[in-house]
Amino acid sequence: MSEAGWSDLMRAANAGDAEAYERLLRAIAAALRAPIRRNLLRAGRSAADVEDVVQEVLLAVHLKRHTWDSDRPIEPWVHGIARYKIVDALRRRTGKFDLSIDEFSETLPAEEPEPSVSPGEVGRHLAKLPTGQRTVVQAIAVEGRSIGEAAERLSMTAGAVRVALHRGLAALAKQLGQD
Amino acid sequence: MRTDDLVQALVADRATAAPPLGSQFAWALGAGLVLSAAGFLLVLGPRPDIAGAMGTVRFDIKLVEVLLLAATAFSLVLQVGRPMAVRGRRLAALAIAPVLLLVAVAAELWVVPADQWLVRLVGTNSRVCLTAIPLMALPLLAAFMVVLRRGAPASGAVAGAVAGLAASGLAAVLYATHCPDDSPLFVAVWYPIAIGGVTLAGALMGRVILRW
Repeated sequence: MSEAGWSDLMRAANAGDAEAYERLLRAIAAALRAPIRRNLLRAGRSAADVEDVVQEVLLAVHLKRHTWDSDRPIEPWVHGIARYKIVDALRRRTGKFDLSIDEFSETLPAEEPEPSVSPGEVGRHLAKLPTGQRTVVQAIAVEGRSIGEAAERLSMTAGAVRVALHRGLAALAKQLGQD
Repeated sequence: MRTDDLVQALVADRATAAPPLGSQFAWALGAGLVLSAAGFLLVLGPRPDIAGAMGTVRFDIKLVEVLLLAATAFSLVLQVGRPMAVRGRRLAALAIAPVLLLVAVAAELWVVPADQWLVRLVGTNSRVCLTAIPLMALPLLAAFMVVLRRGAPASGAVAGAVAGLAASGLAAVLYATHCPDDSPLFVAVWYPIAIGGVTLAGALMGRVILRW
């Protein structure tokens, strides 16, 4: 998908188009995996950290999308977020260091991540959220329910589910930033 | 959590975008100015001879300088909440006000005899200048920081500094209508100290509280 489509997808997403937003987020993740991997490996980090940073970038793209000037191209904005999160990841977490950098790893094409056995940083912090936010985020993200289904299953109103979801995502971002 | 799962949650949350940065800053500017102006009118107020002063060259140039600083700094504040580095025309435009001030200083040194330079530089109101500008900048700086915390600044220190510069620039506009010392020599010494102090404070604050 050409990057020129991203601006249109974001505009559609902001107008409520779920499919456009899903396509955009997946496209951003796919496009950023290779540069993130390069940057982390160059700094001696393990490839296992890559997907964590990808997820942090997506979370930031979501929570900060009001900072995109829709009269301008969206790619520099996305790259700015990615740069910030890469630097942040290198600065704050000791992470899993892997000093024996495989010289060939930088030429590997970007591949789909192995289904992760570990919960990753986002999963780790999810477990620490207040119960209400955690159950809602889990119901929607992990169990794949819609807002309505989650509301029924958790005996909440749809509005309450929406609020808990948003607060949960914001809390996740805050926890990750303070690591 | 798998990335696909996270995407699901983000898509479900798609209806929650905050208002665009521009409108948030407009609100912050309005609220901050109201508070700063209220404080100014209660405590200092414009100088009694303001009508007369407004025709004079020195007063007019002084006012233009602080207005230019406030305008160029505020236009940069709008940019600094985004995750890209500040550069380009808006950054370069910050130089306009200082350059104008330097020209005015040169003109003053040319026109005024040397035995008057120190008197004009020291002025009568420096203590008020150094306290009033930072105090009046506070509501504006606080308002800008609230918006920036919801933003995504590439550098917290730079964003904080720009917020401090804009806040103190706007406060200096208010103060300039009160201060009786119009000589560019006075302006070139005391205003930068006050404005620089607030800018530095903004940078130090921003480094700590503007992370995301």
